[in-house]
Amino acid sequence: MSVAIEVQGLHKSYGDVEAVKGIDLSIDAGEVFALLGPNGAGKTTTVEILEGHRKATQGSVSVLGHDPALAERDFKDRVGIVLQESSVEKELTVREALSIYGGSYSKRLEVDNLIDIVGLHEKADARIGTLSGGQKRRLELALGIVGDPDLIFLDEPTTGFDPSARRDAWKVIDNLRSLGKTILLTTHYMDEAQNLSDRVAVIADGVIVAEGTPDTLGGRELAATRISFRVPDGATLPSDFQISNGVASVQSGEPTKALHKITGWAIDNGHELEDLSVTRPSLEEIYLALTEAE
Amino acid sequence: MARLSTAGLIRQQVGYELKMFIRTPIAAFFTLIFPLLLLFIFGALFGNEEIPELGITVAQYFAPALAVFSAASATYTNIGVFTSFQRDEGILKRVRGTPLPPWIFFVGKMLSSFLIAAAAVSAMMLVGVLVYDIQIMASTLPAAIISFFAGVICFAALGLLVAAVAPSGNAATAIANSTLLPLAFFSGLFIPLTDDSPTWLVTLGDIFPLKHFNDAFQAAFLPTTTGAGFDWPAIGYMLLWAAVAMLLALRLFKWESRSGGSEKNRAKAMS
Ligand SMILES: Nc1ncnc2c1ncn2[C@@H]1O[C@H](COP(=O)(O)OP(=O)(O)O)[C@@H](O)[C@H]1O
Ligand SMILES: [Mg+2]
Repeated sequence: MSVAIEVQGLHKSYGDVEAVKGIDLSIDAGEVFALLGPNGAGKTTTVEILEGHRKATQGSVSVLGHDPALAERDFKDRVGIVLQESSVEKELTVREALSIYGGSYSKRLEVDNLIDIVGLHEKADARIGTLSGGQKRRLELALGIVGDPDLIFLDEPTTGFDPSARRDAWKVIDNLRSLGKTILLTTHYMDEAQNLSDRVAVIADGVIVAEGTPDTLGGRELAATRISFRVPDGATLPSDFQISNGVASVQSGEPTKALHKITGWAIDNGHELEDLSVTRPSLEEIYLALTEAE
Repeated sequence: MARLSTAGLIRQQVGYELKMFIRTPIAAFFTLIFPLLLLFIFGALFGNEEIPELGITVAQYFAPALAVFSAASATYTNIGVFTSFQRDEGILKRVRGTPLPPWIFFVGKMLSSFLIAAAAVSAMMLVGVLVYDIQIMASTLPAAIISFFAGVICFAALGLLVAAVAPSGNAATAIANSTLLPLAFFSGLFIPLTDDSPTWLVTLGDIFPLKHFNDAFQAAFLPTTTGAGFDWPAIGYMLLWAAVAMLLALRLFKWESRSGGSEKNRAKAMS
């Protein structure tokens, strides 16, 4: 499998502010990769260096075999960019904008096909100024793929969306994945990274603090399972429980055995265990732990 | 579909810019209608008598002068202001992320502004002929056309320079208006310069290219002009300004606003 993006020792400073402090990335062709991190972590800075919009202070960057800083026409012909902040000419119609922006690419998707993909049928001939926020973002998505790119950058594609608009956008992105596109997206939504990406890098304060698949991120698959239940009235618990607010909990690397012991104890003593639950830490908890440690 | 040819891309960019212009009514008004209103106002104020110092009628002087004014606003003001607002809105950054070669983007802006200027100048001269009976001579028409091209090339390049140095669309509007309007007075576009005009004002006008645009274009509409009517020094001076402005503009041009794309726009887009 060929490598689409290769980054080594990337640094970027804005005056005194060091926004990116030594990032390494290797993203394969066909992969959907999420950069997950809070606001100000350095996601946009990193992505815009890969797009060619900003220049690195230090480090080596190769995107589809090109140095993006050279702004070559052949490079731009193969990448699609959805910026975090941008707008489209409000004076144009959706169809006009797609046709004009498509004109400069060597491969182009048919305008009607694009309108299909992003579901903007009823707005195809409307002025862009009349679109809702979600519709505008879907148009920007369409403009990002109008040149049938091999690699797509999506900088916070769904920030500010309501839940149903987010689902719609996810469907579009999932569609692109099935077409074999390489996608690098940034987000500060856990569930977005989890739902869309093959691989996630968590970025905080300019460095990558964890990297893996959504399931293995931060050693999640190895993390201890937590068993908890409400303490029955008048019961005396076996020693190794933490109790807070009347809820007892224990963490265990062998949850099957632990659960067997607890339920055995309850049955022997005639207790019913209310609110009994067995959970692994959520990706959310791991993410918070990772990004707050910084 | 295959990529458009270079000519096709230029044609597309010109069409795009014209569409944007037509769909921005305030710009269309100030470029196309406002100079005509000035002609009517001057006509009403001064009648269509002969101006004693110049030996030509009021309209024979003002129609070409106001044509020059509208050509300058079609190029200088429109390019400077439109382009700066496009940067504010992140549109320049979007364009920069596509394979459209930047030079085609600039050429599209310039050519479209020439077409708008040509429409404005033609409307002015047509009204002059139909309403005020001004004289247009076939012998000096080529000089009028060449002067027009030198002038619009010069002011389009200056418009790009405004876009290059203005930090925002509002700043570009202020820069364009606060330079073009005073210059129009210094250059005799609104009040003819005579031997009695203060020398400092005449000198100031001489430095900048607008007066030379007016002189070169006027020369083609003076009944006293003999021969082809080319004012080569004026034409050369405008092209010199054009070259310097263009070099500076390309050197200083930024595709992204200093604030890095505005939060405000995004917030608006989201609401
Ligand atoms: N153009 C800029 N000039 C100065 N500082 C910037 C600029 N862009 C980003 N920064 C700073 O760099 C840091 C990372 O920002 P950014 O890459 O936008 O993070 P993210 O996209 O993860 O929110 C922040 O502290 C931000 O204030
Ligand atoms: Mg960002």
